[in-house]
Amino acid sequence: MTKPERDPYTGLMTTGHEWNGIKELKTPIPRPVKFFLALTILVSVLFWVLFPTWPYGSGYTKGILNIDQRQLVAEDLSRSAALRASWEEKFSTTDLAALEADADAMTFVRSHGARLFKDNCAACHGTDAAGGPGFPSLVDDQWLWGGESETILETLKVGINTRHEDTRNAEMLAFGDQGLLDADQIRALTSYVVSLSRADELSEKSVAQLPQGKELFAENCASCHGETGKGLRDVGAPNLTDDYWIYGGDVDTIRATLRHGRKGVMPFWDQRLNEADLRLLTLYVRDIGAQTK
Amino acid sequence: MLDKHAKLERNALAFVFAIIFVASIGGIVEIAPLFTIDETVEEVEDMRVYTPLEVAGRNIYIREGCYACHSQMIRTLQDEVERYGPYSLAVESQYDHPMLWGSKRTGPDLARVGEKFSDAWHVAHLINPRNVVPSSVMPSYAWLMRNTLKYEDMGLHLSALRKVGVPYSDEMIENAAQDTYGQARPGSERADAFVERYGEESNVSLFDGDPDRITEMDALVAYLQILGRLTDVAHQSSDSAQQTTSTGSGD
Repeated sequence: MTKPERDPYTGLMTTGHEWNGIKELKTPIPRPVKFFLALTILVSVLFWVLFPTWPYGSGYTKGILNIDQRQLVAEDLSRSAALRASWEEKFSTTDLAALEADADAMTFVRSHGARLFKDNCAACHGTDAAGGPGFPSLVDDQWLWGGESETILETLKVGINTRHEDTRNAEMLAFGDQGLLDADQIRALTSYVVSLSRADELSEKSVAQLPQGKELFAENCASCHGETGKGLRDVGAPNLTDDYWIYGGDVDTIRATLRHGRKGVMPFWDQRLNEADLRLLTLYVRDIGAQTK
Repeated sequence: MLDKHAKLERNALAFVFAIIFVASIGGIVEIAPLFTIDETVEEVEDMRVYTPLEVAGRNIYIREGCYACHSQMIRTLQDEVERYGPYSLAVESQYDHPMLWGSKRTGPDLARVGEKFSDAWHVAHLINPRNVVPSSVMPSYAWLMRNTLKYEDMGLHLSALRKVGVPYSDEMIENAAQDTYGQARPGSERADAFVERYGEESNVSLFDGDPDRITEMDALVAYLQILGRLTDVAHQSSDSAQQTTSTGSGD
């Protein structure tokens, strides 16, 4: 360590450290840096006063602005709710049939309902509401439970096969897995079910099984699907005689359905969406169905 | 006083301690009080624990890095509450070790995704997201359906979680493997035992639709279906903020 000395070129003192002849200048921190450092400290003091800052034991200082994020979002939400109030009131109280006849209301349904549908329903039913394998189409005018607006609204609210206390329940039994029918019987029954909608696809061997299949159908299936196989809306049993299939109407899929059963789930929405939104969606679904036709 | 630091700098050990002391001030002031401030974690009575199958699913969620694109944290912002549902409360991740709040949303937030879609949808979506959401950029996780779930050691997972504060009972830990099976096999005896241990509210289902094997798909779907459903407190909050979205009342 040498003695601090004044550097002849800068006029500043050295620190007194020396490494192989190199001396270190004791340059003071630049003024602007000092200034901004002081400023940040001042600002932080200001924040301590204004905002929640210092913790102590079981609580913390709240600050004189009394800011609370939950309060802020509550205010934002009630503001947006007030903006919606005019039409929400209308949609949650007016009769659905009256709304369908109201051209203004339906224009609103087409814009706003589309957004609700994309946010909540399109994941399963598709953006065009045409469904997909395992997820029913909403535009083919074929309804498991009925296509009246009140029925659709109820399905939206309670769902199908959910834990909602009023849920709709429908289950296609696993006739094979549960040992209700043996493999031969399932083959015969499959042929019969296929014959209801696409008889021309059956092989000769299958045609020979039809009498046995018909008998099995009367014993096992008619209670839900009806004697003619046209389905029963009270229990959500689909019509088997048309060409609309949720899981598929080919031989392999029908055989798989008979073997393993089906228990499709429609979630319930009355805890996620409010009455106005649900009714808006009901109208939207019926409207796109009518337009697609 | 400033001259003293020359002395400090010459004493390595003292300097180390001085650095540790200064560096920990921020943590002490910011984090430590959260353990003593009463309102940090809300107290709720209906808080449930993750079932063994859900814990297995959570482990898969972590293994596959789902948290890199999906958050599980609805912030106190209007657009988030209106899109996803009530904002997340601290108590909802009380039993999350580690928490999976995430910090990036390439996909949507998942904090309230439980029961929004059916099991069948989750399976179809995980096998190939574009089969159900054509515009999705999510990768396919089809192998979850092929991988048999290893669940013999779920008891060890549960007892590890109990060490960090999740209130699993001895009985739950002992029967963890059986309960894992039971939750994915509705109608079985083990399913009844499972419901008895974990309550009527718990979700017994044939999650992946395959009655022959318990797959990793079973576990992940079970986990996704419980998200946001361990407690109803976020929905029940007396806050008008929470009420507005669930009932539409404009107060």
